[in-house]
Amino acid sequence: MDMQIKQLHAEVEFRLAEIERVGREFARPNADDVDIKSRFPIEAINALKAIGLFASPIPKQFGGVGADPVELARGCAILGQHCSATASVVAMHHTQILSAVHHANGDANLEDYLRRAAIENRLIASVTSEVGPGGDMRSSSCAVALNGDTYQLTKKATTISYGSYADDLMITCRRSADAAPSDQAFVLAERGNFELQDQGVWDTLGMRGTCSPPATVVAHGAAWQVFKTPFAEIASYTMVPTSHIFWSSWWYGLALDAVNKCRELLRAKARASGGNMPLGAHRVADIVAELQRFEMEVFGMAREYADALEANDTQKLSSIAYALRINTLKLNSSKNVVALVTEALAVCGIQAYKNNGPFSLGRHLRDAHSSVMMVHNDRIQQTNASLLMIHKGN
Amino acid sequence: MSILNNETFLGVQQVLAKHAELQKNAMVLMPDDDLFAAGMSSRATVGVMLALESQFDIEFPDNMLRRDVFESMRSISTAVQTLLTNN
Repeated sequence: MDMQIKQLHAEVEFRLAEIERVGREFARPNADDVDIKSRFPIEAINALKAIGLFASPIPKQFGGVGADPVELARGCAILGQHCSATASVVAMHHTQILSAVHHANGDANLEDYLRRAAIENRLIASVTSEVGPGGDMRSSSCAVALNGDTYQLTKKATTISYGSYADDLMITCRRSADAAPSDQAFVLAERGNFELQDQGVWDTLGMRGTCSPPATVVAHGAAWQVFKTPFAEIASYTMVPTSHIFWSSWWYGLALDAVNKCRELLRAKARASGGNMPLGAHRVADIVAELQRFEMEVFGMAREYADALEANDTQKLSSIAYALRINTLKLNSSKNVVALVTEALAVCGIQAYKNNGPFSLGRHLRDAHSSVMMVHNDRIQQTNASLLMIHKGN
Repeated sequence: MSILNNETFLGVQQVLAKHAELQKNAMVLMPDDDLFAAGMSSRATVGVMLALESQFDIEFPDNMLRRDVFESMRSISTAVQTLLTNN
């Protein structure tokens, strides 16, 4: 292998080992407390900031390391094994920062922002859902008001994940007061320039540490912070593929951890019974087979996206064929994570059903079920069904 | 810029008026106006494609099912014209 490629591979593996260390030392030990108290996983997020994870998707020319989607996906999968809340914050951040990276479009101010985001390891949250359109990301009710060099924007969001802990927000809205609901813009609001008012309560079955209550965002900023690229393009080129890939990655991590607990328990049982096959052992073979298929799909799709980016294949990324594929990844992954955690729970039995003890899978199960509604599978299925009316598959 | 076949263009305009869920009358749109900015959602685009296939008795191959093909009356008319010519 070429020396330079070897060096790059070594750097990737080093960064991933660092993420694994933070997962082990900070995310996992706090995961139950984060879940029980529905609190932000601040220890892990601070530790990830310290190793520069939030800057890693930013290209080298702007001070990041230019980590590709495969590396970012692997990082999400690692964190998913330790703490769902931490992993999902990272997944959402990566999607937001890549949206800025891919669509800065040579704008000098946005490029300066990327440099600052790299130096300061700024954590970015997104504000897409809205009272009215609900979870339909491709439709907005609020509109940005441009006034000379500045903008103003107020949005009533149904959920804002970690908004109180983020440095910056990326907000979707209509491009102007007379724009259609689907004619959306993507707007950056930096800390100090936005306020979260009338915050509601985030008390949910799972994903409790993401701290995602409803709130009204009141933001202002400079006109350059309203991206020139239409949000529709940002969505199809970056936001939809990366969010589905990174979410799927940490769901895979979550499933992997559940399966690993299951395997550990059965090994212990086998040893205790003098090498006899414990009840349920044959089911683990099936679970591991499913897990492998899950892994192949997630990282295969991450690779496919990375290749399309590298080739700057905008035709592919804006095609219906690709929209179908990436939506299907999300549908499959969310079903896989629920099925695998459920099956692992059944095989482990009472040891996993108990809320205390090393084999407990209650949190895994509750977190896994969130995958169905982020974006809701019914919405995605409806979109795919509609696209399949015109896509021929040839 | 391509020269538009008048008959094709009028047919496309009619389909858009009926299916694109535009915020303004399709009859006053200019050939190069951005249909997405005019309010056509990605959901409505599917209805437009189906109606075009039916109206012109054509089938859009998968490689033509892209955002840029459906962004204006001109781009749609050009695509339809290409398919009609190749049939």
